[in-house]
Amino acid sequence: MLQLISLLMENKPGALMRVTGLLSARGYNIESLTVARTLDPELSRMSIVVDVEPNQRAQVIKQMNKLINVLQATDSTEGPAVRRELVLLRVRASMQNRTAILKEAEIFGARAVDSSVEGFALEATGDPEKLDEFIDVMRSYGEIEVTRSGLVVVSLDSKKLKLAPPVSKEEVPQAI
Amino acid sequence: MNGAQVVLECLAREKVEVIFGYPGGVTLPFYDAIYDSPIKHVLVRHEQNAAFAAQGYSRATGKVGVCCATSGPGATNLVTGLVDAMMDSIPIVAITGQVTSKLIGSDAFQEADTFGITRSGTKHNFLVKTLAELPRAIHEAFHIASTGRPGPVLVDITKDAFQANGHYTPVSSIHLPGYRVYTEGHSGQIRRAAQAMWEAKRPFVYAGGGIIHAGAHDELRQLVEMIDAPAVTTLMGLGGLAADHPNFVSMPGMHGSYAANMGMTETDLLIALGSRFDDRVTGRLAAFAPHAKVIHVDIDPAEVGKIRTPDVPIVGDVKKVLQKILEELEATAPQMKSKNSTARAAWWGQIKEWQREHPLEPVFSTDEIKPQHLMAEIDRLSGGEAIVCSDVGQHQMWAAQLIRFNHPRLWINSGGLGSMGFGVPSALGAQFSRPDKLVFAICGDGGFQMSIPELATIANFELPVKIIVMNNGYLGMIRQWQELFYNNRLCAAKLDTFPDPEKLAGAYGFKGRTVERPSQLRQALEEAVKEPGPYLLNVRVAPFENVYPMVPAGGAVNEMVLAPPQPVEVA
Repeated sequence: MLQLISLLMENKPGALMRVTGLLSARGYNIESLTVARTLDPELSRMSIVVDVEPNQRAQVIKQMNKLINVLQATDSTEGPAVRRELVLLRVRASMQNRTAILKEAEIFGARAVDSSVEGFALEATGDPEKLDEFIDVMRSYGEIEVTRSGLVVVSLDSKKLKLAPPVSKEEVPQAI
Repeated sequence: MNGAQVVLECLAREKVEVIFGYPGGVTLPFYDAIYDSPIKHVLVRHEQNAAFAAQGYSRATGKVGVCCATSGPGATNLVTGLVDAMMDSIPIVAITGQVTSKLIGSDAFQEADTFGITRSGTKHNFLVKTLAELPRAIHEAFHIASTGRPGPVLVDITKDAFQANGHYTPVSSIHLPGYRVYTEGHSGQIRRAAQAMWEAKRPFVYAGGGIIHAGAHDELRQLVEMIDAPAVTTLMGLGGLAADHPNFVSMPGMHGSYAANMGMTETDLLIALGSRFDDRVTGRLAAFAPHAKVIHVDIDPAEVGKIRTPDVPIVGDVKKVLQKILEELEATAPQMKSKNSTARAAWWGQIKEWQREHPLEPVFSTDEIKPQHLMAEIDRLSGGEAIVCSDVGQHQMWAAQLIRFNHPRLWINSGGLGSMGFGVPSALGAQFSRPDKLVFAICGDGGFQMSIPELATIANFELPVKIIVMNNGYLGMIRQWQELFYNNRLCAAKLDTFPDPEKLAGAYGFKGRTVERPSQLRQALEEAVKEPGPYLLNVRVAPFENVYPMVPAGGAVNEMVLAPPQPVEVA
């Protein structure tokens, strides 16, 4: 069953590997993963869609929260949140159906970001099911090439971020 | 000051006394700095043993153990020791050298992706490429290793970082916002736990290695006395409650006692303290403690509910939590203590009856030394006070069953990972941290032959470790399983050759001998213990003895096999 995990983590080398390693070690396949830095450039926000057995979902979140570089891992599969994906799609269009393609794109809220004699490059955002339909429709017009961003999520709950405070190191006499 | 000296400054501030290590090309600058350092370096004979020795050092005292290896093969050789420490939650810090930062990724000589390779085998790891990052990384490594649920931390340092010139920048505070350690326990759950303890008719304490790590042995003793509950300690928790304590039952699980496993099965309140419901303890999960409410105290939130969903979950330091539970129990004792006293008395009667029915007792023979006889003799010499470092296999189980440990940090073994070759190097490390203690290394003839190189280290430092090889000529646990579950088709289980112990020890300059007769065993062991230096005693034991009781893999713990099937008499 697909689980959507949202992570706030330190923007450090190896942090991504720790998260994905935890999943691959358990034989879980990652369906999509996006990561980018947040307002605070020292932090990154990651959204992962991963196939996890339902009874292991809580355990995966706990294990992620144990990672030193992870500030917060939450299960965003359910609960109030906005979940969106971006698709970039290139469609070959003959002169006859160019208008039809643009009309159809409009229905899906997509817009053309590039146009050439070969066809269009289109951009659409939405929930994955909607984008699936969009891709299906575009395929009916001709050869297409698709890049999807993977799901990104923002929770609508204001979940309190619990962070560890600094620990003062007891001063020990200089030994050398 | 160069980077290598900065590392040593950090280690000194962390009060490191000894480093177990093996040098190599990229760690040469570090070793050049060690030359002038008051920190003692112990040259082991293989990097894996550096990690095991650091563990032995740590397990015997609770201090952070330190090991060191070079890049590439040095670091990869450390891996087993790191994963072993991870599984048993042992605080060690490993320092590895890495090729010069400009060469990383170029397949340079002795280059390996140590950071990647050790990611899953450590609690955390660092790759340090500049001197400026060194102090923070090393102090953070010690902080992470020794706090919360302890574990191994590796710091991989490039050669140019070791060589760079700069200075030590003091680190006044550690700030790891994502590293949350919950120590206090939820006060509501603590109250519920105390109440459940009074209300239970058949309470049973299941204490694990967390008791040892937290130093909660006194609190555990007070608890079992306060509620007068029978208690088992797991393989990792032996010594957490004194073996001679009247409430101590034994070890539970696959090779646990009948009373321990029956107690686990029949209890109505399982009090799990710093234990993690390991498969070797629970057997078939569906049949484990089927009638019990469960209180689970652990410092690692991921352990609580991982295997068994507790009725009273408490995330916290087991020492602090037990102190609070004890306060709560004390406050409520006047009204509650006599509650269920009839049921409690009956429960103790039942436990005693199980113990009488199938006691864990050594087996003796006049013809051959039974392995259990050997453990009973070691127990007699130890009196519950010696440090016993065990390897992995049949001897480990018999030692755990039959040798008493009256204090924590006496029983040192590879529990979670089950790494053969652990006994001798861990004993070496333990003897360094506890020079005052009698230290036994109990090995099988298999595991011992994995650690022979360390005899040189032991001889080198004249460590009075008593190496006792329980030699049955087989990989005993393999042979036992092949006998019981593979129609006795013994494959790769027989160890045909074993070195002459007198010559082997003699080659390293200390004493060794073989003992084969039961009548000579006691005297041979006494001779080994009296010897001021190291001693290698090869004990030829009955080759086909199996460890019982035994819960077959996938079986329920109350369905244990108590003894070998008796031959049917033909009339």
